Amino acid sequence: MNQSARIDPAAAIPAVSAPAAAPLTAPAGLPVAAAPLARPSIARHARHVIAENPVTGIAFALFLAIAACAVLGPAIAPYDPLASDTAAALQAPSTRHWFGTDQLGRDILSRVMAATRLDLGIAVFSVALVFVLGGLSGVAAGFFAGWTDRIVGRIADTIMAFPLFVLAMGIVAALGNTVTNIVIATAIINFPLYARVARAEANVRREAGFVLAARLAGNGEARILLAHILPNVMPIMAVQMSLTMGYAILNAAGLSFIGLGVRPPTPEWGIMVAEGAGFIVSGEWWIALFPGAALMLAVFCFNLLGDGLRDILDPQRRT
Amino acid sequence: MTAELALAPPPLLEVHDLTVEFVTRRGTVVAVERVALALAKGETLGIVGESGSGKSVTSYAVMRILDRAGCIAGGTITFSGMDVGAAAEPLMRDLRGREMSMVFQNPRAALNPIRKVGRQIEDVLRQHAQATAGDAAAKAVEMLRKVRIARPEERYHAYPFELSGGMCQRVVIALALACRPQLLIADEPTTGLDVTTQKAVMELMVELTRERGMSTILITHDLGLAAAYCDRVCVMEKGRVVETASAADIFAAPEHPYTRRLMRATPRPGVTLRDLLPADTAEAAAGPDVARRAGTRDCGALLEVHDLVKAYPRKGAGATLQALFGRNDRRADDGMFRAVDGISFTIGRGESLGLVGESGCGKSTTSMMLMRLIDPTSGRIVFAGEDIGAVPARGFARSPLRKRIQMVFQDPTDSLNPRFTAARAIADPLLRLGGLEGRKAVGARCEALARQVGLPVELLDRFPHQLSGGQKARVGIARAIALSPELVILDEPTAALDVSVQAIVLNLLSDLKASLGMSYLFVSHDLNVVRLLCDRVIVMRAGRIVEEGATARVLSAPESDYTRELLAAIPHPPV
Repeated sequence: MNQSARIDPAAAIPAVSAPAAAPLTAPAGLPVAAAPLARPSIARHARHVIAENPVTGIAFALFLAIAACAVLGPAIAPYDPLASDTAAALQAPSTRHWFGTDQLGRDILSRVMAATRLDLGIAVFSVALVFVLGGLSGVAAGFFAGWTDRIVGRIADTIMAFPLFVLAMGIVAALGNTVTNIVIATAIINFPLYARVARAEANVRREAGFVLAARLAGNGEARILLAHILPNVMPIMAVQMSLTMGYAILNAAGLSFIGLGVRPPTPEWGIMVAEGAGFIVSGEWWIALFPGAALMLAVFCFNLLGDGLRDILDPQRRT
Repeated sequence: MTAELALAPPPLLEVHDLTVEFVTRRGTVVAVERVALALAKGETLGIVGESGSGKSVTSYAVMRILDRAGCIAGGTITFSGMDVGAAAEPLMRDLRGREMSMVFQNPRAALNPIRKVGRQIEDVLRQHAQATAGDAAAKAVEMLRKVRIARPEERYHAYPFELSGGMCQRVVIALALACRPQLLIADEPTTGLDVTTQKAVMELMVELTRERGMSTILITHDLGLAAAYCDRVCVMEKGRVVETASAADIFAAPEHPYTRRLMRATPRPGVTLRDLLPADTAEAAAGPDVARRAGTRDCGALLEVHDLVKAYPRKGAGATLQALFGRNDRRADDGMFRAVDGISFTIGRGESLGLVGESGCGKSTTSMMLMRLIDPTSGRIVFAGEDIGAVPARGFARSPLRKRIQMVFQDPTDSLNPRFTAARAIADPLLRLGGLEGRKAVGARCEALARQVGLPVELLDRFPHQLSGGQKARVGIARAIALSPELVILDEPTAALDVSVQAIVLNLLSDLKASLGMSYLFVSHDLNVVRLLCDRVIVMRAGRIVEEGATARVLSAPESDYTRELLAAIPHPPV
């Protein structure tokens, strides 16, 4: 009963790509009738993945929009994001000011667009930093085991022992209120996630046949780690990156919201939400809503992107 | 369904014109095409075929457990008068386990790892209302006793990981037979088990099904197994049944060319490597391989192994298990488990030596030590006059001797980096140790190697998952011979391959040895394969060598009881 309910998908696959008898002069190509094997190009594969799951396509489109805002934001914004116009303060969304204006009469649409660069920048740099540090130390821990594993594991445990947001607050407060320190703090609180994922992925591969084969081929341990194990860990790390990217944006905005990190009048989603929060009770909902929505869309986009990226980067799915 | 069927003397299971399709990215693939089968009550039918022949898919269709992508596109399946194809899912759920049940290939995967085996048997019994809360435990113990598990009351409380592979398969059989079904489908039930265990499990299954008058479908790739245990055999190729006949007839006079080819490719006593190839290619690849093999012997020892020992500290849980299962034949004197317990042998230049034994006998540990991937506890490994055992395994990658000892791994899939193309995999040793200058030289050498192992050059850009099993095996072999090593350790290189591919790979290995003058250490559990490729053979058991000698002598007149037991357990097709 419990056995019959299960069917291994792998059991069905050989039926599809029957290798059967390959004579000495083996015919090329997988014997899937008619369809000749197309060159496995990433673009082609990406198109397939998006066609299979349209949500990935939406996430990519959203990502492109966010990236465009980050690059061109201040240039294409309709108003100067810092210019105040007290005569036009607290205007509701209209055709003139699509997202309305804040208490100083600044155009919220322009500020939301201009803020993208800073928020995304913090996220990108912190994720890149933690990817390198956490990814490498995690892979090393999983592959070498022993002392390396113990040290990396304990560092990760120590970080995990704190409430992460409070830890980030502490780090920024201690190091000083700068953008660089927000990047560092965000990287540190994400370290355990990366180290653990990388460790687990490397650990299951350390005894794999291809690692033994690499040793026989004369690869030193460091080269096996970097050239053989790391590329196999990359897909899952890319997914992790995309997921923590949203989290990093949220974290940066959160720090600014409580007054750490970026300071007014710099346009930043967290500050804008904080500033607008006081006006919600008096009916000026747009000041907080639009930067909040931008924040939500960015986090949402990166989370969806993670799933799509995994499908695209996984060689097993690229057939 | 139709009137005629109802009137005819009904077989237990009748499959008529069954077609199963799978929806994939490249469109619909027909996995099983117009298959017809009939199974009488009490009969054992063997379905034989190579991977991808649709034998498993057919049986899944009968149980209606195809995965989501698969559907029955045509034909009817009638099980004791009922149309399985049209039956509602709740009815099927009730039938599975009670009327028809299945034994799977990997017993460990088929058991729930965190539930006691006795409980799992109880679950099945109670699911189908064959037992009440009061007597389920007693019935489960009774089932364990029936499948001849010693001390069933104790084993009732065992978890699957505490049991050996053979025992797990017994538990799975107990699960499958608990509700006294009329039909048992055994899908490669003994693949992955040792030959002696295979014999015990198969005999148990045959005895239990016979005793209950059950019908059995045995799905296997092993012709010998089908011949030994089936009444009728049905041969499948590429989703079609090509031949169905009684077991005696099909082996005496195979009619279909595919059946003949399959029989020909199966290693058996009294044939040479060349005999395994299809008739036309065998002539093309002419040349008596035996003569060439004999000419290259006796040129001094290449590798000498003296008193090699590998001991692992016994862990607490391991020691408890040892006590529980009473395996006290291994020496437990110093709290160390000796995986390899003082073995000595030599391999001559150009010789191939077979290393045979069942799982856990220490043959893999031995090959890993010789490969210098792990350090021996004591003993000497002398390769070409140098004591390589003294070089620590960690630093051996930098040793000049590294390129002279290479290995072909057991699982061609696991041993290729999934993110490297075939060309990159073959080039890896060349880049590290080959001393070749420039991309072009490496590329040219890769292509030469691919041609040497019969891998089409245009496949070099593919990733492992885009290659078939045989092609992956060739990549592994090309990588191993890339540096022109003097000793190649072959660790069950054909265990994961179909017989026809195995025949080709074995011939390839033999040809390469003749042309490159390498020595082989051929590690295997399959005496029939060793017989074909090796001059001398060593039989290992529990870390020790029990017999050593010329292959022909050991296999025809074995001196040790253990070798005799191994030989007797191999199922042979009647030739």
